[in-house]
Amino acid sequence: MATTATPPEHADEEDTRRDFLLIATGTLTAVGVGLAAWPFIDTLNPARDTLAVATTGVDLSPVEVGQAITVVWQGKPVFIRHRTEKEISEARSVPMDVLVDPQMDQDRVQKPEWLVQIGVCTHLGCIPLGQKPSDPKGDYGGWFCPCHGSHYDTAGRIRRGPAPKNLEIPPYDYVEESRILIG
Amino acid sequence: MEEKTWKNPTIAWIDRRMPVFTMMHHDLVDYPTPRNLNYWWNFGSLAGIALTIMIVSGIVLAMNYVPHVDHAFESVERIMRDVNYGWLMRYLHMNGASFFFIVVYIHIFRGLYYGSYKPPRELLWMIGVIILLAMMATAFMGYVLPWGQMSFWGAKVITNLFSAIPLVGESIVTWLWGGFAVDQPTLNRFFSLHYLLPFVIFGLVFLHLVALHTSKSNNPLGIDVKGPQDTIPFTPYYTIKDAFGLGVFLIAYLGFVFFAPDFFGEPDNYIKANPMQTPPHIVPEWYFLPFYAILRAMTFEIWFITAKLGGVILMFGSVLILLALPWLDRSPVRSGRFRPIFKIFFWLFVVDCVLLGMVGARPPEGVWVMIGQAATAFYFAFFIIILPLLSVLERPRPLPASINTAVTRSGAGAPAMGAAE
Repeated sequence: MATTATPPEHADEEDTRRDFLLIATGTLTAVGVGLAAWPFIDTLNPARDTLAVATTGVDLSPVEVGQAITVVWQGKPVFIRHRTEKEISEARSVPMDVLVDPQMDQDRVQKPEWLVQIGVCTHLGCIPLGQKPSDPKGDYGGWFCPCHGSHYDTAGRIRRGPAPKNLEIPPYDYVEESRILIG
Repeated sequence: MEEKTWKNPTIAWIDRRMPVFTMMHHDLVDYPTPRNLNYWWNFGSLAGIALTIMIVSGIVLAMNYVPHVDHAFESVERIMRDVNYGWLMRYLHMNGASFFFIVVYIHIFRGLYYGSYKPPRELLWMIGVIILLAMMATAFMGYVLPWGQMSFWGAKVITNLFSAIPLVGESIVTWLWGGFAVDQPTLNRFFSLHYLLPFVIFGLVFLHLVALHTSKSNNPLGIDVKGPQDTIPFTPYYTIKDAFGLGVFLIAYLGFVFFAPDFFGEPDNYIKANPMQTPPHIVPEWYFLPFYAILRAMTFEIWFITAKLGGVILMFGSVLILLALPWLDRSPVRSGRFRPIFKIFFWLFVVDCVLLGMVGARPPEGVWVMIGQAATAFYFAFFIIILPLLSVLERPRPLPASINTAVTRSGAGAPAMGAAE
């Protein structure tokens, strides 16, 4: 009486046909769920108004030699130092083989006297000291991160401590003689 | 519960210590389900899916929404214009509310027609009514959040309903508002509660399912399951039927989301809330229109009850009366299929609810006042007079001996056939 409701006996051909249907359905379902999930995931990415304020313009003219300013770009501090001749020559005289993350000072600046870099330690994201005259500048005259003791030199390169990389250089351009646009 | 042995050692390890997989297998796979459920039985699982869609899209919206009177409206427009797929999230949520109510109303009418509220499912039904109330509160508060003109004035009108309560009414309204007008404190607490209540509903749905799986599903014949020959396992038979229904549901729902997203909305809600100016014609969202019509049907006093208080009592009463339904309809026959007179009144009741909705959408003028009052009278008469009387007066048609004999060819041929006695 109840036999009509039970599925047909599992013949071999029946199995392969059913397997195919199951795998095809499962694959399509997975693709569909993935496509449906994407809009939900993408809402968490930066919105268009956030992207629209992603550039920062900086007037460099008031910054004297030896001074440094910190500006905000994309919510992060950007260190701009008007380097002295001494700092530049120090940075350029360092042999490459003593550097943790070897990079020429010339590759880190567009104009030698202006060093522009993101002021976020490449170790775990603290903001290194060295912008204010009263700040410790570390053993190499650049920046010193107080969180875990990373020392950066006058080119912003990591010299000692746990940080793996040099301070990051943001994309920027000189839009005028003494004006840059970061981002 | 029969022991299930799991081949996968990790699942077996977990299951011995916490039998969630056995429970899931028991309630989602082996679960014996009447073999004759029709497509009206799809709407329970659809309601669960609608709730899930609302929670997921709502969580994403809350990440970008600002519950502040100066920023709420703008933050919603920012969601529409700047947030990646924000327009989709908002339209899913807006139309999701409408479709959640469509699905739940069909689910309720199905329960009404097939007598799913009768013993032993009274508590199952009552939990469902509580879920409806929680849904209404959630939907109302959610509609306030975009802080448009309809949001603001809807909030004002609905909270003012409580001022009809004698003596303490005004104090209650001030307490609800957190001030002396619908303002920042009101918006902030509505946002908090709008985020909380869906999870309360989720908990209530769980209780609804515990009650369901205790008394098991009703069926279109309304007769009890008498043995294994009357049931089929939930998986694959009803999982695939629910999945098919889900596909149809999504086509309709997403059709509105993509091609007519503002169909259910009010244009006035794209105007920022202005506490100094009421829109010329305030209407609630469509799913509240029948209740709104009942609220406005009361245009006269009865003894010490003012028209205002009377309307409020009737409106809340129109939902709360559903709690008493298992004791108002005493007919032992569940399914409307075997109740010829009930069937007629059921459809009249459906028409009456639609009519109330039409009345609620119109300004309370001219003939619509009378129609609204007559429809309200019929609404309550259906529960208080017609159903109790039918329980006694109606002569139901004979019931089939069992589900199996009624719906399968082999069952019908069997000697157990007893429907024609």
